[in-house]
Amino acid sequence: MTERLRVRVDPDKCQGHARCKALAPELFELDEYGNAHEAGDGMVPPGLEDKARLAKSNCPEIAIDVIEE
Amino acid sequence: MSDVSQPAAHPPVTDWVNDFDHTDPQWTEDPFPIWDELRAASPVVHTDRFLGCYMPTTYDAVREIANDSEHFSSRRIIVRDVRPEISRNAAPPITSDPPVHKPAKQLLLPPFTPDAMKKLEPRMRAICNELIDGFIADGRVDAAARYSKYIPVQAIAHMLGIPESDSDLFINWIHMILELGIKDENMLLQAVHEMSAYFSAHIEERKKKPTDDLISYLMNARDKEGQPLEDSHVLGSLRLLLIAGIDTTWSAIGSSLWHLARTPADRERLIAEPDLIPTAVEELLRAYSPVTMAREVVGETTISGCPVKPGNMVLLSFPAANRDPKMFPDADKVVIDRRENRHAAFGLGIHRCIGSNLARMEMQVALEEWLKRIPDFRLDPAGTVTWSQGTVRGPRQLPFLLEKAM
Ligand code: SF4
Repeated sequence: MTERLRVRVDPDKCQGHARCKALAPELFELDEYGNAHEAGDGMVPPGLEDKARLAKSNCPEIAIDVIEE
Repeated sequence: MSDVSQPAAHPPVTDWVNDFDHTDPQWTEDPFPIWDELRAASPVVHTDRFLGCYMPTTYDAVREIANDSEHFSSRRIIVRDVRPEISRNAAPPITSDPPVHKPAKQLLLPPFTPDAMKKLEPRMRAICNELIDGFIADGRVDAAARYSKYIPVQAIAHMLGIPESDSDLFINWIHMILELGIKDENMLLQAVHEMSAYFSAHIEERKKKPTDDLISYLMNARDKEGQPLEDSHVLGSLRLLLIAGIDTTWSAIGSSLWHLARTPADRERLIAEPDLIPTAVEELLRAYSPVTMAREVVGETTISGCPVKPGNMVLLSFPAANRDPKMFPDADKVVIDRRENRHAAFGLGIHRCIGSNLARMEMQVALEEWLKRIPDFRLDPAGTVTWSQGTVRGPRQLPFLLEKAM
């Protein structure tokens, strides 16, 4: 079984540092205030697993979860 | 004539753990070993100076305070010798507490998103190159006075729609507010009044002739009930944008160049791998974070097990948090390709710096343009590097010899 990852942003914790968008632009989108949410359903396309983890480990608010599906 | 550019002196510190002072020359010059000493002593230390002041020394303690707006108010955000009366709209949203904080902040966020900053980037590149043109032929330069200083001030002037040629005026006010004003209330009030008069005149002008800059944007903003902001709110936010936008990024760019001047290996790597610059910028922000904010304790509580008492200030040192070895392996080293970097240079929690996307863009552009044209430079051994005092830390004098300039 290949691993499938999903990213999730906790909107209550996110403060719009935009680190996720800078490091993994494919996986996150910003609203008009610069706060992040996951792109689409948050499923990480194959090959972008590292970027998902990188975004998680650089979010200063610990607002990003990377979940194994 | 007395020299007004130097802040007044406090008695020198002999016992850092129980009597710290962030305006002491030893701290200003090299704070890193002091923070290590304080951190080893306790996650929260206290001084009687500044009418009573705590300082969290660990990343965890800083995060706890930043996330607790119930016990720690932002109505005062700078540690000073005096506690002048508080005006309600001092500099919203940075001086606001919940629940008025959120709407005030949301108002200012859209003009500072990463996309908005992309539009500003070409102008920033032009500004950097114009500055470099001014000194590159000389073979030497004070990179703080002639480069890093003018990049953010011109950017924010451009956004606010005020003349870039007034830059020196703004820089002087900010020096009076953030440095001299720590110990001299008159200096602080004078600068605040001059700045308010300056912006009031611009507001009046735009009432007659609207523009499409940030001043008009704030004047046209409406709250949830469709009401325009009070004049004092517009004025307070303009003060904030000017004060927060200038010597913060000036310092960050200056410290980055200072590091690269002393570390040829990092410089050469960034020239060879320019894609690494954004990552390096994050690391330089962590290692040399310029901004220390403050809170006022308004309710009894504990931080990392240490009790804190109302009435005291808190020196909320994001720079010290960013040097906590429990949070960052090799915290005292600059690792320009550091992958995990949850640094707190722009603060944490609801008061996260609204200008962070602007500052990052300015730093990247300032380093890219500099390295393209001046790949080889070093500190001038005949000169002296000097550092600012207090709220914002960065080089104010940065003498360089330019070896290979293009
Ligand atoms: S890095 Fe974290 S806080 Fe910043 S926008 Fe992304 S999720 Fe939000």
